[in-house]
Amino acid sequence: MDGSDAAVVAQVRAGDSEAFRVLVDRHARTIFRLASRMVGNEQDADDVVQETFLRAYRQIDRFESRANFGTWLYRIAVNCSLDLLRQRPRRRQKLEPEDGDEPAADPDANPSPERLMFSAEVQTRVTSALHDLSPAERAAFLLRHFEGQSIEEIGRALGLRTSATKHTVFRAVQKMRRALEPVLR
Amino acid sequence: MTGNGNHPSDEQLVLFFYGEADGRDAVAAHVDACTVCQATLGDLQRALAAVDAHRIPERGAGYGGEVWARMQEHLERAPARDWLSWFAPRRLALAGAVAVLLVAAFFAGRYSLRPQPAQQARTTPQPAAAPASAAPQVQVRDRILLIAVGDHLERSQMVLVELMNGPTEGPVDISGTQEWARDLVPTNRLIRQTANEAGDRVVVDVLDDLERLLIEIANSPSRLSSAEFEQVRQRIEGRGIVFKIRVLDSQVRQREQIAAARPARAHS
Repeated sequence: MDGSDAAVVAQVRAGDSEAFRVLVDRHARTIFRLASRMVGNEQDADDVVQETFLRAYRQIDRFESRANFGTWLYRIAVNCSLDLLRQRPRRRQKLEPEDGDEPAADPDANPSPERLMFSAEVQTRVTSALHDLSPAERAAFLLRHFEGQSIEEIGRALGLRTSATKHTVFRAVQKMRRALEPVLR
Repeated sequence: MTGNGNHPSDEQLVLFFYGEADGRDAVAAHVDACTVCQATLGDLQRALAAVDAHRIPERGAGYGGEVWARMQEHLERAPARDWLSWFAPRRLALAGAVAVLLVAAFFAGRYSLRPQPAQQARTTPQPAAAPASAAPQVQVRDRILLIAVGDHLERSQMVLVELMNGPTEGPVDISGTQEWARDLVPTNRLIRQTANEAGDRVVVDVLDDLERLLIEIANSPSRLSSAEFEQVRQRIEGRGIVFKIRVLDSQVRQREQIAAARPARAHS
């Protein structure tokens, strides 16, 4: 099925629930990437994706047609991720690769051992730094850095004012910089 | 430029990197001419490029279909979306809470910028003759104050929530949070004094409590044992300060919305 997200949303609202599948197909992988960085493991990320689309489906009447459907989904996904992080015992809130969660292959086909070690060190430090961010900082940073959301959109997603959103992104970046400083010197 | 000397602050440079800085042209012109800021921006770019290299597992092209299939079971069980669902107990509870907040905000009328005694004395003799052009200025001032107060409450909440959600094991380094708490103290003091002059005891009490907590956090050692950190957390929890700030913040937000709506009504 072709058509803009807004057109598909209109079909769903008109009673064609099957049309919602088009939206799931279009956005599921992007939402998975965001959720995966937010919650830190694949299984929880899959749960967040499912919960995001379920909430979106149930709340479709609240979606404003003029808004961007993808941005609206981000907002729901961030809230689902924050809910999940809140429910988790604190000590489980670690963003660590699980067994079998091998990172994707290095784009360099024949990296030197030094290069491999450096990449592994950076990977570990980024993972650890993301873990050390508060949930709001993590969400703000991921939405800004990886998803290219504007400060205004992030503020709406997190329920923060513009100035607080800017400061949250700044604090997250500062923490990431500090964490990476030793390996980038 | 609001940073040290004539340089943009670190926050401005980060926002500039993301294309979100206020006065972007001025920052760009400065960076073009300043080797110090070029070096800072270079460091920032290197760090964020390393973040870009962070890899996560990807899902294949059929992932949407898998999610849709898993959703089916839940959708079949889902209740119909009709008006009756508004009477579900949880919704009613939420509606009740919202109503309480609305009523509280209505009666509180906080931060509507009551005229200061001196201003009152000047304006009381000729209320009808107040210049019409002054009204929009007062409204703008109202909004600016409300935004500043709301912003302060939000940042304070974030400091406290960050501490509440900190790690439960091992020594904890809170130097970053302390720095933030230290920055919030002068603003808190200013707002508290203003509220005190306006005779708003409830706000004064909350801000008083908050100020003592912020000072305690700012002055405690930066590296805490898990037992010391737990004590800090208990002090925050024990005072119920996060909840009090949250309630105050929702009231300020409502006043903000009312203030924002005023000019539109004034012009209609």
